[in-house]
This record gives sequence, C-alpha cells and structure tokens, in this order.
Amino acid sequence: MPEPILELHGVAKHFATGTEALAGVDLSVGRGEFLSLLGPSGCGKSTLLRIIAGLTPPSSGACRLALDHAPGRIGFVFQDPTLMPWSTVTGNVLLPFRIAGRIGAKERERALAAVRAVGLAGFEGAYPHQLSGGMRMRVSIARALATDPDLLLLDEPFAALDEITRLALNDDLLRLWEERRPTILFVTHSVFESAYLSTRIAVMTARPGRISADLAVDLPQPRTRATRTSPDYAALCERVSASLAEAMEPGR
Amino acid sequence: MNRLWLRIAAPIAIGIVFLALWQAGAWLSGVAVYILPAPSDIAVSLWTDGPSLMGSLLVTLRITLAALAAAAILGGAIALVFSLSRIVEISFFPYAVILQVTPIVAIAPLIIIWVHTPFLALLTCAWIVAFFPIVSNTTVGLNSADRNLLALFRLYGASRAQVLWFLRIPTALPYFLAGLRISGGLALIGAVVAEFVAGTGGAETGLAYRILEAGYRLAIPRLFAALFLLSVTGILIYLVLDFISRQLLRNWHESATAEEEE
Repeated sequence: MPEPILELHGVAKHFATGTEALAGVDLSVGRGEFLSLLGPSGCGKSTLLRIIAGLTPPSSGACRLALDHAPGRIGFVFQDPTLMPWSTVTGNVLLPFRIAGRIGAKERERALAAVRAVGLAGFEGAYPHQLSGGMRMRVSIARALATDPDLLLLDEPFAALDEITRLALNDDLLRLWEERRPTILFVTHSVFESAYLSTRIAVMTARPGRISADLAVDLPQPRTRATRTSPDYAALCERVSASLAEAMEPGR
Repeated sequence: MNRLWLRIAAPIAIGIVFLALWQAGAWLSGVAVYILPAPSDIAVSLWTDGPSLMGSLLVTLRITLAALAAAAILGGAIALVFSLSRIVEISFFPYAVILQVTPIVAIAPLIIIWVHTPFLALLTCAWIVAFFPIVSNTTVGLNSADRNLLALFRLYGASRAQVLWFLRIPTALPYFLAGLRISGGLALIGAVVAEFVAGTGGAETGLAYRILEAGYRLAIPRLFAALFLLSVTGILIYLVLDFISRQLLRNWHESATAEEEE
C-alpha cells in the first residue's frame, strides 16, 4: 500500500442523545486511493467523514492526517449542493479563496479551471436557481476541487440525482480523479456505484458503525462503459452485495 | 402575462362596482352628506381640498419615512447584536416584545411630554411601532444559515466576521426585507396614531390631525378624502418596498424568482 494519508484507530462517536454512531473504526487510507465507504443508511458514514474533516471531534480514538493543516487541503462535498444562492457559479467556486483572503488573477484562473473541469464552461455567471440539480452538484465538486485538495471527502453526493445524471457524474468524477489524483473518500449506499468507482471498498455495519469488510477492487483502469457490463464487474458487485448483507445482518 | 392582467383588472373591477353601488345608494337613500358622502362628494373634496391635504400628507410622510429608516437601521443593528451574542438576545428580546405589545396610544402621551421636539416625538412613536418586525425577522434570518455551509466555512478556516459577512448577512437579507415590508405599513400607522394623540395644530399639521379636524367640523367628505390619501400612501409604500425587495433578490431568492421557474 502507498504511504497512508489517513489513519483511524478505534474511532468511536456517541452523541449527547445517547446514540452510538460509531464503535471503534480502524482504517488506513493510502495516498491516491479511491476508497468507498459503503453501508446502510444511518450507519455513521457521514459522522465518520465529519470527524476526518475535523468538523466534529471523535468521542474516543485517534484520527491522523498526513497533510498540511492549511485550509483547502481537504475538499468536502455534501449530499446537497450546499451553494450560496446569492452567488454566481464562479462566486461559489471562489469561496475557499475568498475565505483565505486572497482572490487574485491566479485564484480566479484556478476557480475557472475547476468550473471547466466539471463541464460547466459557459455557466460561470449563472446563479444556482438557474441550474439543474446535476449542474449544481458539479458546482459543488468544482468548489471542492478549486484548492487542489489532497483529500476529497464526498458524502453521498449523487444520492439525490436521477440515474442518468448520476452515471454521467460518476464518469466525470473518475476522470477528475485520474487527472489530479487526490485521495478520495466516497460515502455511498450504492453497491454498483462503489464497485464502479473505487480502488477499494470498506463495508460498514449498521449503527453503531464499524468496518466489517475491506475489499480491494481489481477492475482495470480506466473504468469505462464496458466495465459496467464486464463479468468481473458483475462478480465484484455480487461479492460486495454479499458483504453488505453480512454487515446488515451479522447473525445470519 | 394573462394572469398579471387579471391581477390588475379584477380588483379594479370590484372597486368600480363597489363605488357605483355606493354612489347609487347615497343618491337613492338621500342620506345626509355629513353622515355618508357619495364618492362624487369625496372626489369634489379631493379636488378642492387636495393642495392643502397634500401639504399635510407630506408632513405625515416625512415622519413615516424617517421612522421607517430608523427602524431599518436600528432594527438591523439590534438583530445583529442579538445574533452575535445569545445571552444578549435572551436578555433583551422580551423587552423588545413588551415594547411591541404595549399599545402606542397608551404611551404616546408620555413620549410627547418627554421629547420636546414634536417631529422627534412623533418619530419615536412611529419607530416603536415599526421596529419590531425588522428585529425579529432579521434575528431569525441571521440564525438561519445553512448548517452545511457553516461547516464548509469552518473547514476553510473562516473567521466569525467572515461567516457573518459572507454567510449570515446574505442569508438574512430576504428576512430583513420581509420585515421591512411589514414595517412600512406599521410606520405609517404609528405616525398617524402619534399625530392623533399629539394633535398638533401648529404650523405643520399632519394628515391625522386633518382627519380629526374634519370630523369635528362635520366636513365628512374631506375626512374621507384624507382617508383616501392615507390609504393610497400606505399602498404606495408597500409597492415601493416590494419593488426594492424584488430588485435586491431577483437573482436568487425563491420569492423573487418563482415566476421565472414556471
């Protein structure tokens, strides 16, 4: 495995309400990996992502990141596009730079490059309400990519989109990952999505979440439309489904 | 397009029918003009007393607009302070409510005694009536920032000032403007009530005093004419504020962009 960019040791999280979201998650993620966190709804996947991003502290355990603590090294994409409705596409993508207090020609160019990279050239001046759901999600991804993060955290980003849009965005995400090679942690509850995108799949149990299976994906790169119909892909999906079923009903 | 036309034509048609019935009723019943003047009597009064009534309207309007401006600025500032400190909000909000629910008629005499400049006294009364919707709306708005956006701001290391300026204030803008539209009407009501209580008969008499005076003199058509001007003013204030609000929000807020999405 390449040098780890992220190491989790016994990360647990319980909330003041008594809910136990995570129970002892151990995970090591290598630089440049595309890791899917696959699990049923409410298994604490999102909580885990927030802990990694430093948005919420773990109740116990350690989360070690091998990257600069400077803002912008981590990109985050939520399930909702989470855009500022009063800002244009460019304005939204410029947000990380605006917060860092510097918007020069270089930052502007990086933001516009990110907008082009997600296929939104020509929409730089559009407002979110003028865009479709898929396009808004592209803006959200462009914003996360603008700072060229080492670690990209995606929290079920395509769950609310229709199938056609989701497939297109899957391919775009793969292309962006191949171009820039950030480490990606991709939370999903779709077996097919995780199998198609990832280099590795971590399957999580229902609440309290822990990692019950760690599957390497050996499908050839780059993934194409042909991948989706290959027997290897079908076999992998079956394996992942079995792991997920196991994770949801450990007694069986 | 068709609907816009209907939205203008339908209320006007109802108004015309209503006025016609009123006119016919006044003629046929022969009710004395000092009890119920016909619309034609009121129109005549508007024509003859118009210039002097307009002068009074300007006096009232000046108080109204000054009170509204003060409500917008001070109300916004109070909401900002509330949003910055939860303890300040908890401590002071009940007093803002008390000020709001106390009938202005009851405290106007005190204010008129305490504040010597008539203009300032009336302004204070109108302000008390007008400021609360702005404070309460803007406070809600400042606290309504999207939770995920807040998380994102934290992730990128935003300071509190940046969160306020780039996230909370823009989020609050539609709430503030909704409060402003309510306050516009309230400022006018506040100014009129204050004038009723103050009853200044000096050099500058507002429209409210003209209504009282016309009532005393049984100049009922003039009373109606003054009322008419007051209503038109209230409607105009609302329309202007609504227009400003749409202009400011036209790029992004649902309330301003709904028509386009259909």
